[in-house]
Amino acid sequence: MPRTLFDKIWDFHLVGQRSDGRDLIYIDRHVLHELHAHHAFAHLEKERRAVHRPDLTFAVQDHTVATKPGRDDETNPSGTAFLKSMREGTRQNGIRLFDIDDPEQGISHVVAPEVGMVLPGATHAVPDSHASTVGGVGALAFGCGASEMTHILVTQVMALKRPKRMRARLDGRLSEQVSAKDVALRLIAELGVAGARGYVVEYAGTTVGAMPIEQRMTLCNLNIEMGGRSGLVAPDDKTFAWLYGRPYVPKDAAWDRALSYWRTLVTDVDAEFDREVAVDCGALEPQITWGTDPSQVVGISGRVPDPAAIDPSRWSAAESAFAYMGLQPGTPLNGLPIDRVFIGSCTNSRLPDLEVSAAVVRGRRVAEGVAAMVVPGSTRVKREAEAAGLDRVFRDAGFFWGESGCSMCAGGNGDRGEPGERCVSTTNRNFENRQGPKVRTHLASPATAAASAITGRITDVRKLLSGAA
Amino acid sequence: MQPFTSHIAVAAPLLKDDINTDQIAPILHSRSLKEDYRAMLFHRARRREDGSEDPNFILNKPQFRNAGILVTGNNFGAGSSREAAVWSMLANNIRVIVAKSFADIYRENCLQNGLLPLVLEPPEAEAFAARVIGVDGAAPFTVDLVSQRISGPGGADVAFEVAAADRSRLLEGLDDIGLTLKHMDEIAGWERRAAAAQPWLQTAKDSR
Repeated sequence: MPRTLFDKIWDFHLVGQRSDGRDLIYIDRHVLHELHAHHAFAHLEKERRAVHRPDLTFAVQDHTVATKPGRDDETNPSGTAFLKSMREGTRQNGIRLFDIDDPEQGISHVVAPEVGMVLPGATHAVPDSHASTVGGVGALAFGCGASEMTHILVTQVMALKRPKRMRARLDGRLSEQVSAKDVALRLIAELGVAGARGYVVEYAGTTVGAMPIEQRMTLCNLNIEMGGRSGLVAPDDKTFAWLYGRPYVPKDAAWDRALSYWRTLVTDVDAEFDREVAVDCGALEPQITWGTDPSQVVGISGRVPDPAAIDPSRWSAAESAFAYMGLQPGTPLNGLPIDRVFIGSCTNSRLPDLEVSAAVVRGRRVAEGVAAMVVPGSTRVKREAEAAGLDRVFRDAGFFWGESGCSMCAGGNGDRGEPGERCVSTTNRNFENRQGPKVRTHLASPATAAASAITGRITDVRKLLSGAA
Repeated sequence: MQPFTSHIAVAAPLLKDDINTDQIAPILHSRSLKEDYRAMLFHRARRREDGSEDPNFILNKPQFRNAGILVTGNNFGAGSSREAAVWSMLANNIRVIVAKSFADIYRENCLQNGLLPLVLEPPEAEAFAARVIGVDGAAPFTVDLVSQRISGPGGADVAFEVAAADRSRLLEGLDDIGLTLKHMDEIAGWERRAAAAQPWLQTAKDSR
């Protein structure tokens, strides 16, 4: 019987079925972060339970770490207890921690693939909704809550209901300065914030095939913003080349054996999906959100929509978004004055994201009155960016260049905007108050964010580069 | 986990779609390992700009102060996996959420904590919401998981259905980890098979 890629990974990892009908799915790599891990450590201690596979479990400090150069445990006072608790909990339970000063510290979803910890066809879990980022290398990842995290620590499995399968066919050649972020925002706009609820989404098609691995990760990262249970891309030669030689990737004969297995990780020709969607990406322009959920998206040349053009079931959401964002229907997005730019987060903080941004910024200055910051997704990304001189490009232009972490994505480390500020952000959620009380977030690609920092207005990067903005 | 059999409480209508975890349980500026989950629930929506209570927010209205059932729209609990968005409900004695649909992770988090995520299909959901608005907190509803019925003022009983597996787990208050621990032999067997079939999955070592 022909199977999808998802079916192959699920079936391999199926340990058994529990008495309540749930499938027990083995988790090959489990990564904790400090915001939630303390709940699990407290449970283990109270119930006198042990971690079943500390050798397959990892931990990072990412949500609460300060980004200020020279940071330590105390730089963000509201994070101190979390960092210390993580250090103590991982020590007691024998878990490898990528601590605040580790050369591989960073955002879990950036670090795990970067060190080669997650592999094609592997299962992965993180107590964070953006876990599926690593679907970009063909891994099947699940975000989970604190109780499920504890469950995985004790048993190394998740008790899940088998999700449905969706294929998103993305075809067409992307225009200059259009990237995975724009594709993902368009897809979320088409399907809605709950459009993929209950599904594992396989991203396929020529657009995806042409994407570098980092962009595939951006695409899979945003899967949760349309409600998806997980999202992934079938691994190909590009994936294998990207993984080769990374510290946790098998070597020599083990590599050869793994590679021949990984080549079977494709959806069979006649395999059936529960739902198929398609987006023609050939004509796509840079996309940006205008509202307060990630489906409220227009092209950069577009305007804040007229309620008449909005589905009536979405009117009340649009009304409150207009008010919160301080926007009137019909207002063009392009040219809207901004106060802040954030380039970073598990969505868009990998080296190519910074390269694209730096290419826009090089030789230019951040507009007067705009606070602009770049926060690399990992200490490794930061190191590589610095080796390439990108930090100088950003700093010379007037950007803050920070230490790695989640930073202003959810503001868990104190990096936040001021009330009323309008911010172009490469992150994943434009929810009210997320980047600070009353901060108005517009989600966009690194290129759009960089261009907007330079002009001080929401900007079509293509026009800036051609001298027309 | 505290078992769930039935719950008698006032039902409060919060009839919006896509209420997200940042709204339910915002990440606040100052935090500690021991959070005040009771104060966290809808922290921003409950307050006006000067920090005082907003009397217009539904859970601040006198008749809904002790509401123990929340009635809402589609895709409730979208966003983060933060379980605080469930704990903050329980800290306020809200043990039932009636919605048209739930975000996947939020629903799982509810089941882990004995909070009943109850889905009504659109025609019944709308009729029930209208009824809850009409009753306006004057009398409580009873949500009974044994008979799978909601009864209360203003109309006939409403039948609902919770998947048998989830239902028995809630009714018995079963420890999820305990359920899985019965399968440790199978897990060990899987590990042996995986170590032979895809050995790279069963070791994770930095080769440097």
